[in-house]
This record gives sequence, C-alpha cells and structure tokens, in this order.
Amino acid sequence: MRGADKVLEALDQHGVEYIFGLPGGSVIPIFDALVGCQRPKFILVRHEQGATHMADGYARATGKPGVVLVTSGPGATNTITGLLTAHMDSVPLIVLTGQTTTSLLGKDAFQEADVFDISMPVVKHSYLVKDANQIPQVMAEAFHIATTGRPGPVLIDLPKDLLAAECTAVLPERVELPGYRWEPRPDPARVADVARLLQRSRRPVIYAGGGCIAAGAQDALKALAEKTQVPVANTLLGKGAFPEQHALSLGMLGMHGTAYANKALAACDLVLCIGARWDDRITGKLSAFCPEARKVHVDIDPAENGKILIPDVFVEADARAFLEELIDQVGPLDTSEWLALIDEWKARYPLHYPRKGGLRMQAIIDRLYRLTAGRAVVVTDVGQHQMWAAQFYRTAHHRQWLSSGGAGTMGFGLPAAIGAQFGRPDDTVVAIVGDGGFQMTMAELATAAVNKLPIKIIVMDNKYLGMVRQWQSMFFDNRLCGVDLEGNPDFVKLAEAYGITAFHLRRTADIDKVLTRALKHSAGPCLVHADVEKDDNVFPMIPAGASINEMLIEPPKHRVPAPAGTR
Amino acid sequence: MTEADSRSIAIAWPEPAGANGRQDDNGNRQRVTIGLLVYDRPGVLVRIAQVFSRRGYNIESLVVSPTNMPSTSRMTITSSGPAAVFQQIILQLNKLVNVIHARDHSMDEAVTRELALFKVGCNVSERAEVLQLAEVFRGKTIDISESTITIEATGTTEKIDALAAMLAKFDLREMVRTGKVVMARGRNVT
Repeated sequence: MRGADKVLEALDQHGVEYIFGLPGGSVIPIFDALVGCQRPKFILVRHEQGATHMADGYARATGKPGVVLVTSGPGATNTITGLLTAHMDSVPLIVLTGQTTTSLLGKDAFQEADVFDISMPVVKHSYLVKDANQIPQVMAEAFHIATTGRPGPVLIDLPKDLLAAECTAVLPERVELPGYRWEPRPDPARVADVARLLQRSRRPVIYAGGGCIAAGAQDALKALAEKTQVPVANTLLGKGAFPEQHALSLGMLGMHGTAYANKALAACDLVLCIGARWDDRITGKLSAFCPEARKVHVDIDPAENGKILIPDVFVEADARAFLEELIDQVGPLDTSEWLALIDEWKARYPLHYPRKGGLRMQAIIDRLYRLTAGRAVVVTDVGQHQMWAAQFYRTAHHRQWLSSGGAGTMGFGLPAAIGAQFGRPDDTVVAIVGDGGFQMTMAELATAAVNKLPIKIIVMDNKYLGMVRQWQSMFFDNRLCGVDLEGNPDFVKLAEAYGITAFHLRRTADIDKVLTRALKHSAGPCLVHADVEKDDNVFPMIPAGASINEMLIEPPKHRVPAPAGTR
Repeated sequence: MTEADSRSIAIAWPEPAGANGRQDDNGNRQRVTIGLLVYDRPGVLVRIAQVFSRRGYNIESLVVSPTNMPSTSRMTITSSGPAAVFQQIILQLNKLVNVIHARDHSMDEAVTRELALFKVGCNVSERAEVLQLAEVFRGKTIDISESTITIEATGTTEKIDALAAMLAKFDLREMVRTGKVVMARGRNVT
C-alpha cells in the first residue's frame, strides 16, 4: 500500500466523512488515491482558508474532528488563519499539508514552505513525517491529540515521495504518548471545596464557556442550575450550553453581553467559571472584575490555572464530569432575593433596539429567531452582526451556535456554514454575515452551489466595516478611516452569477416575507442581501479595558474616553 | 588583526550573574532554572523556545543531552523574565505533547554544575599567578602556549562567575561555558 492509501485508510478508520481541500503538485498522490474512494468524500473548495473554516464548522456542528487536505507552500500557509481560529476556540482539526520531496527539504524547492515551523504557535501539535512507515502511527496520534483533553488542531506535513512510497506499517490500536496527559475526573477534594463555597454563597453566578459544549455538559449544567437555583451566564462560545430562554439564564456576558448578566457579575459573591478562560472581552478591567466574588475555575487544561487571575479554587476536570460530581454534593440554595434582584435588572435593562428608522440587523435576527422557532444552526462572521446575532438569536441547543470567538476571524461565516451543513444535512443552517467578512471568503459560494447545500446566507450590508466604525465614531470623534466599503457589489447579482437564488431585503416590513421565502428554499443555497442602517451601534457595550461599572447601556450622550491602549 | 586589536574587542563581559533564585530583580524580573525531560522528537526544542519568547523570557543557557532512557533527552534551561508569568512557563511547558515533564529547580536544593574553559593571555611573569588562581578554584590547566594558558573549571554558576571575575583582571581572551546542568538530590526527581 502506498503512503497516500494509508492516509485515506486511517481517515476512514477514524470515521471521517469529508475532506475539505484543494489539490496541488505535492499532494497529487493522495488525490490519485481518492479516485473511486467512497469514504471519505473529498470536497473541493476555492481557497484553502475556506477549507479550514469548513472543517472547523463541521467540527463545531458535529463534535467530530474536521479534516483538511492542501498542497505545500502557499496551500499550506493559507491554512494558518484557519488553524489560529480553531486553536483559539479549541476545535479539533486534522490539517494534512503536502510537502516537497524529502531530498529537497530545506533547499527552497518549488512550493516549499516550512509549515511545520510556521504553524507551531497556532496548533495543539504538529508532525513532519520523515518515513512512510510512520504514517499510520502519526495519523493515530494526531486524531488522539486533536480530540482528547482540550481539543485543538493538529497539522501533519507529508512529503510527496513518502505518499508515493510503499508503507507496510499498520494503524496502531493504542496510542502511547508519555508526555501527553489530561485528567477528566475532578479531584474529589476540590469538588468538596466548590460545594462548600457554593453552599455558603448568597449571590452565586455560573459563567459557562465553550468547554461546556466540548464536554457535552448541557444536561448536567441545567440539572445543577435548577437544583441549586443559580443563574447562568454564557460566553459567546458557550451559547447553547444552557438555554437562553430559561428563567435562570442571564444570556451572554462580556463586552456586548446583556446588562443584567454584567450587573450580576459585578454584584455576585461567587463566580463559577466552567470551561471558559476569563477572556479580556469578558472581564474588561481585570482588577474591577467581580472584585468581591470568590472565584472558582474549572478547566480541562491545567495551564489555564492562574493565566489571567488566581482563582480561589481551580479544578482540573472535564466540565461534565465536574458538574455531575458537584450536583450530588450540593442542595438547593436560597437565592430567591438574588434572583429577584436579577429579575428587576432584566425588566429594567432588557435587550432592545429602536423600532423606528430604517431596516436594522437586530430586527432581521429577531424575526429569524422567531421564524426558525430558535432551532436553526446559526453561523456568524465577525463584527456588529455577530454581536447582535449573539444577543437576539437566543440559543437552546448544543452546537447550534458557531462563531469565531478568540481569533475573531472575519471570513469565517460562509465556509463554516458550509461545513456545518455537510455535518448536519437535515438541519436548517443560517449564515449571518457582514458585508466585510463575507467578501473575504465569498468565493466559497461556488462550493455551496456545486454541492447544492441548502444554507441560507444573510448578508448584512451596511457598507461599512461597522465594528471599527463604531469605535472610531464613539472613541475617536467620528474620525472615520478605512471603514467605508465603497464598491460593494450587488450581492444578489453576485449570487445569481453562481446560480444561487437570492433576494433583496430593503424594508423592515418585508423581513418576514423575504426570510420565509429564503427558509423555504431547499434546492441549494439561498442568499438574502439586506440593505441595513449604516450608522447603528451595538449596545450594551463595555469599552475594552473598562470595568463593568462603565458599561454603556444606551448610546452615550457625551464623548467616551478611548479604551486603554488605543490612543 | 594584531593581538592588541583582538584584545580591545573582547572586553565586554556581562556582569557576573547574581545569586540564583526567585527573588525579583529590578522590574520584577527573576532568574529561574528549569529541568525538563522530553521525548526526543523533531521540533521539541522550537516549541520549548516559543514558550519562553512569547512570554518575554530570555533564555540564558540551555543544555540538551541524551539520558539513560531511550528516545528521551534532558534539558536544563536558565532564563530570566517577568516574575508574574513564571507559573505559566512551567504549565505551558508541561502542556507540550513531547515534554514528559518540566520542573522548577530555582529554589530547591538541587545539585547544579557547569563547566567552563578560559583562555588567558599571559606572559611568563604572570603565568605563576594565573596558575595559582586556577588551583584555588580547583581548575585544571589543559593547554599552555608561549602566550596563553587554557583553564578548565567545573562548579556552580556562582563559582564559575567568581573565577571569570578574577581572570578578567588578566588578558582573558575567550570564555566558553556549557551552561548549567541540574539534578535533584536524593529521591527527588529532576
């Protein structure tokens, strides 16, 4: 068997359904082996970055690792943004890159890039295969590393001659990596510490992150919250870990989170951070972040301990295993006063948007939420539309919310939605994208069209890089620079050029009509070009580096000091 | 290049390093000694170096050598950087797939040694003094020429620093040091 056949055999044995990628000279042996191959199926993309986001979207939507196959040199370097995106959000990916033949390594051969070294800071682990007989071992290790502990991307660099060479080694049944350890079971003593703190707390809050999704902790989290009557705030990546429609839900916390979530964090006496990492978009000014609260941090990755702040208790554990241990050790708490205070905030500072004026993204997302009964798989790009989608598309289910959080990668939305639809063929997948991010990867419209994927793409066209414009207008005296997307195409015509059905949406009154038509369209993708208000800003907002007390719930009437470090 | 020229270039020795340990230097920087047992795989050294450089740590010495176990290497790294992120350095090193373990030996009673070679330019009249100095530091003379003496010395970093400081009073032309190696005492594991 050739090395290339072994690669495909290993993918098949790991249950891989799809490979997203683009060929080139150094990976031709794998493409040769793919001819007539039933599984995995190869999905041709238009740019390698798109392939990484598709694999990422597939992984986030299904929980299974996404697989990418690209060539050497520029093909390999084009995966770096996708690797960063997956690495920051702990998404399991296997990225296979072709490499020049072993005899030419290090000689500046055609399309040679030292991607093994280039990618090191943005992968969980990586390999440069030096012998065809290593291939089965490396493939097995890569899947093991990508999917266990804190998940992440693994890159495998495969020299061309080894793909064509004979490989006699077999896929190992067990992987032995003496330096690779993770501990899903919590130390019972630490769980007891947490139970004691919780039992004594009067104003507790659970702060649930993407780790709850990765661990499949949704049922355990709901059971614990309901038993103890502790309110739950979720991060951007934690959307779906706890139903946002639930009476105990505070919705999303952080920079553009709900006012009541942030007020609860500021006033709580205990914060239980589960599968999250005290990101600067959550904490704002760290010294002012829930200063009176005891802090518990639960994470599968021990290196998160003390990275941002020193918690009172750190528990190294899988979120689900921790919650299932904890629930037996705590009884119901009397949080009625605390919940009453939160309800007061909820009534006083609800998420809202102006009903007057032109077509607003918030209104489109709000209606989309209702028309899909909150059941769609929602994929966003990065920017204002992402924050409004997070606010107004309330999530109830695991893996229904896909968004680039840590890296904030513009261009993620469309390809990630394509990957999600491959993984979840029977679900409604909606890509909500801005005009800026969409244009970074819109070549993948071809991939969506060719594969007849019924994704709904809503392009929120405000003709601005809106989030940056918001900062310039709020903190820089409206001195706009580099944000005007003059020259945007007619996205309906663009879609039609790919044979994709598309609709214009210009008036608030037409939202339901247009969205309903788009949602009904099942023969391939469908695009909605929404001409939205240009100058809308996202609120609530905690300026970067500011404390929760400086949260702007409404548009400020006076000039706001620029965030720390920006002027 | 004349001998005088080469001498005038080779003078900028760093100040002898201070006592080892976790005390903050100015600006809350600190010096640390870390012992690592690693799986001998391509790229492991680069990954380790990135853990330090990304967090503002400067690697001052690095020793890599085989161990008594197959496929593993031992590393001793001395480094200095912001005290606040040191715990992260140890945690991130241990997180690397090919690092079997990384331990902080800055404060413990571990045995540490390094080896140094000094080439001292001296005429016949100075020779006796240089040889005497080497003897006080239990150094060995391993080469001698008309105008130079080469001394080998082994010991703790502080001892080598002290010898370097003494020899700097002569025409110290070259100094080559291995960097520190560390081994935990007794039943403790390095």
